Amino acid sequence: MVSTEQPKQYRVIGSRPIRHDGVDKVTGRAEYGADVRHEGMLFGAVLRSPHAHARIKRIDASKAEALPGVKAVVTSADFPGAEEGDLDLGEGRANPRWLLDNLLASDKALYHGHAVAAVAATDQHTAEDALALIQVDYEVLPAVIDVREAMLDTAPILHPELRTAIRARGVEKPADKPTNLASHLRLEKGDLDKGFAEADVIIEREYETAMFHQGYIEPQNATAFWNRDGEVTVWTSTQGAFSVREQVATICQVPVTRVKVVPMEIGGGFGGKIGIYLEPVAALLSRKSGRPVKLWMTREAVFQATGPTSATYSRVKIGAKRDGTITAAHAYLAYEAGAYPGSPVGAGAQCAFAPYNIPNQVVDGLDVVVNGPKTAAYRAPGAPAAEYAVEAVLNELAEQLEMDPMELRLKNASKEGTTNAAGQPWPRIGAVEVMEAVKNHPHYTSELTGEDVGRGVAMGFWFNGGMESSSSATVNADGKVSLILGSTDIGGTRASLAMQLAETLGITSDDVKPHVVDTDSVGFTAVTGGSRTTFAGGWAAYELGVQIRDRMRERAARIWETAVDKVEYRDDGTIAGPDGKQLSFQELAGKLSATGGMIAVSATVRMNTPGPAYAGHIVDVKVDRDTGKVEILRYTAVQDVGTAIHPSYVEGQIQGGVAQGIGMALTEEYFYDDEGRLRNASFLDYRMPVANDLPMIETVLVEVPNPGHPYGVRGVGEVPIVPPQPAIQQAVYDAIGVRFYKTPMSPRVILEELLPE
Amino acid sequence: MQPVKYQRATTVAEAVRLLQEGGEYARPLAGGTDVIVQARERRREIDYFVDIKHIPELMHVRHDANGVTIGAAVPCYLIYGDAEIVKTWPALADATHVIGGTAIQGRASLGGNLCNSSPAADSIPAMIALGAVAHIVGPKGERDVPVAEFCTSPGRNVLGVGEFVTAIRFAKPEPGSGAAWQRFIPRNEMDIAVVNAGVYLRLDRNTVRDARVAIGAVAPTPLVVPEAAQALVGKALSDQTIAAAGDAAKAAARPIDDMRGSVKQRRHLSKVLTERMIRRAAERARGQG
Ligand SMILES: Cc1cc2nc3c(=O)[nH]c(=O)nc-3n(C[C@H](O)[C@H](O)[C@H](O)COP(=O)(O)OP(=O)(O)OC[C@H]3O[C@@H](n4cnc5c(N)ncnc54)[C@H](O)[C@@H]3O)c2cc1C
Repeated sequence: MVSTEQPKQYRVIGSRPIRHDGVDKVTGRAEYGADVRHEGMLFGAVLRSPHAHARIKRIDASKAEALPGVKAVVTSADFPGAEEGDLDLGEGRANPRWLLDNLLASDKALYHGHAVAAVAATDQHTAEDALALIQVDYEVLPAVIDVREAMLDTAPILHPELRTAIRARGVEKPADKPTNLASHLRLEKGDLDKGFAEADVIIEREYETAMFHQGYIEPQNATAFWNRDGEVTVWTSTQGAFSVREQVATICQVPVTRVKVVPMEIGGGFGGKIGIYLEPVAALLSRKSGRPVKLWMTREAVFQATGPTSATYSRVKIGAKRDGTITAAHAYLAYEAGAYPGSPVGAGAQCAFAPYNIPNQVVDGLDVVVNGPKTAAYRAPGAPAAEYAVEAVLNELAEQLEMDPMELRLKNASKEGTTNAAGQPWPRIGAVEVMEAVKNHPHYTSELTGEDVGRGVAMGFWFNGGMESSSSATVNADGKVSLILGSTDIGGTRASLAMQLAETLGITSDDVKPHVVDTDSVGFTAVTGGSRTTFAGGWAAYELGVQIRDRMRERAARIWETAVDKVEYRDDGTIAGPDGKQLSFQELAGKLSATGGMIAVSATVRMNTPGPAYAGHIVDVKVDRDTGKVEILRYTAVQDVGTAIHPSYVEGQIQGGVAQGIGMALTEEYFYDDEGRLRNASFLDYRMPVANDLPMIETVLVEVPNPGHPYGVRGVGEVPIVPPQPAIQQAVYDAIGVRFYKTPMSPRVILEELLPE
Repeated sequence: MQPVKYQRATTVAEAVRLLQEGGEYARPLAGGTDVIVQARERRREIDYFVDIKHIPELMHVRHDANGVTIGAAVPCYLIYGDAEIVKTWPALADATHVIGGTAIQGRASLGGNLCNSSPAADSIPAMIALGAVAHIVGPKGERDVPVAEFCTSPGRNVLGVGEFVTAIRFAKPEPGSGAAWQRFIPRNEMDIAVVNAGVYLRLDRNTVRDARVAIGAVAPTPLVVPEAAQALVGKALSDQTIAAAGDAAKAAARPIDDMRGSVKQRRHLSKVLTERMIRRAAERARGQG
């Protein structure tokens, strides 16, 4: 580990204990959504549109309703309706009216796989049979899939009422007519024309990225029970139980207090399990049937109707002086939103130039609806596409300037105090430390030999989130502490939060027993997303620890009949008083009941000091010119992680992000046919890398502690997905002399480029 | 999935009877790695599974003086795990070793791969290269059909109602011969062949005396390419003759454009894989591979 600031001495933080949920997970005892069973439970199935764009003229479910075993059928007409509005989902937002329309299509089906009706029956097969009996009359409409085509005047219009929202100065307001361009934002700093006039070299390029899916292994699922007294309970796989509660309450028009969400273990989310797809539908089926109803997505439905991230088109122009000083930069980013507005282009726009101190810059961000699934957050939402374009231009610029690509980056690196695209100064960040660690890494300085081999580098940036977290804790008589969490655990956060409490109390990780509980059992907690959980949840755990320490000192003072300020709580968990009096944490815990009662504390924090994360990746590839296949020979991921609470999980996050980024660079993409039907809705044909496609991914943890956190935590989970696309693009160029401006660089794309016409 | 009937046959005669009774929508069930998936996704209409894994001869690998008879339902792992097969018919180990992954290989059989008759089936070009023959039993008796003539169109083959494959027969390769198989997939595992190719060669010093070339995923059925063999037979093995055989394979390929591969890519890969497999088969013929 590279440490830059004076390292703090920790007892628990930085060690690698076995995770608390490990045994349950490896022995199969952990309970996922699939394990939910209730007396009288019904099984549901969802009918989906076979068309990418179609008016729904009539739905006749009478035959399905008459099938023995069928207990309820619902369509969008069964929902109470929704107001226009703006729900904050934690990582992304939703307009309830669109959210509802996405749950079950109303007047139009807007993409292949759009849910149209749902059935609950006594068993799964009957529910599926019933789907075939629902008659839907469609009037098929022309569909548009591509972001640029969707902006043409001739494009089919998805939402006749949609008008472009302008979020920028100097952007002309378009005519008042139907459009697929939902919004146009602009970030501006300095004087762009002046900046380009000062440049000696200017490079402008266009890039496209495909639509990628998060690829979580566990499909979306939800079981709901709408009791006759109006209480609604939902068991689901989610990144945010409170976010589900809010969405269900809004859509079903039930007060939030009457909705209880029980988060089950989650088999991956990556941002895709923040928005909801099934929960209100299951609730409605339950209300109609009076029974608990379980809905389970097929993998095909997961690909067709959940996730994905935006396919994008971008144009990036950067100008620099001979010495490498960047004088101006412009990025034009057009992101597909899918069927409803709300792509992550805003985040992409703010990330685009974040690693660099560029005095004159403009970023245009366009949010465009197309006939595809509504896009969802995906690991650093919006950042990979924008930064891919910027990093790729920088690599070309370095070549033209005959400069080392890391030298060019270091020359222009963002530092504490330099301002970002929004004009705000950066806090303490580790961009320079990461760049230097890349430049000095033996991988970077090693010689690369062989035929058709090449090397690439790229940087990545992500904000990381703060937001709200709640927790409570009780000290038990045996000296252990129960820790109650509102954050669902995707990446090992039970462990990373328990460890921060253990550190604060001077006890071991195993002395803390973390539990993830339902929305009635803990205070409001925002989603597990935005790389915020170890940061904000850790802060809450720290506050719990401080409260427990104070209460333990008070108690010791009472036992010793002395003043509280005479009692010291030591880092190793010893409580020490006057005259050498001393109790271990465990000893004092054993006396609590008899001396005034047990100790229970709770904390709610709302933090806005997350530490931004920077990453720098180095990759070596070999290209098979006869087949177009790219082999990753070596991969090194350097990242400023603030403080690595549990280094193994930090490394795992980095490796996972790199693996997904490699998939985006080389093999993953959605295939639509000319009618807008998704052709590859399976893991067979949506090609995520498998284990033997990847080398061991080396990680280098740079620790520049976040001054805005008691233990220096920065988020670590998202930024590693950012650099792989541009790094691999550069490596392929270095290997075979061809630059690709589109990802994925699949074997077919590379081969067809290399073959003569 | 619809309700299906299931019957376990314990003799060949019983299986024939059950399949005949079941008629058009009855199917033999070997490993089930194709057919159960298809039934679940309602891609094939099936109302009756006749399990053939409990017929002893369908699960045996029997070596004799002239070759090997592999029961049609023998799972892949027992094929590439058979030392004699690996030594004598390495091309068969090449193919069975990459079908699916470890779990799939515990079930997937040659009979299933052949009778599913996918244009991209991995073992078929290897079997064709090795001159394999399918032994078929049915209501009208027994017959032998070379694997090269077995498939008729995607998902279809020469089997009639009540007929099924009991075993596949591989003759001992001639001295001086070698065979090899490979596929191209975008990933390294768990993928469907963009193109696959199997090649058999018999060499007399450096002169090719006999050759068979088969390519898959480039036509409605796995394709035998006699033109590629002709480009080799009687000639000395050289970069030129190998390239000529590769060109013949490319010319014979009649692929479609789909999300798994383009026409241009598949035609080119037909040549690349054919050439690579000629080289590997030659190495094996010379006892080097
Ligand atoms: C995850 C996964 C990965 C896969 N990867 C590959 C791969 O890499 N390469 C590849 O080629 N295939 C692959 N497959 C497909 C499949 O595993 C193979 O085709 C396998 O060889 C089928 O054998 P089986 O014994 O499971 O056949 P089954 O599914 O039992 O049968 C297949 C078909 O053949 C019929 N049948 C079976 N045996 C006989 C017989 N003796 N006589 C007459 N008809 C018979 C059945 O009725 C059915 O129609 C994969 C499948 C899965 C699920």
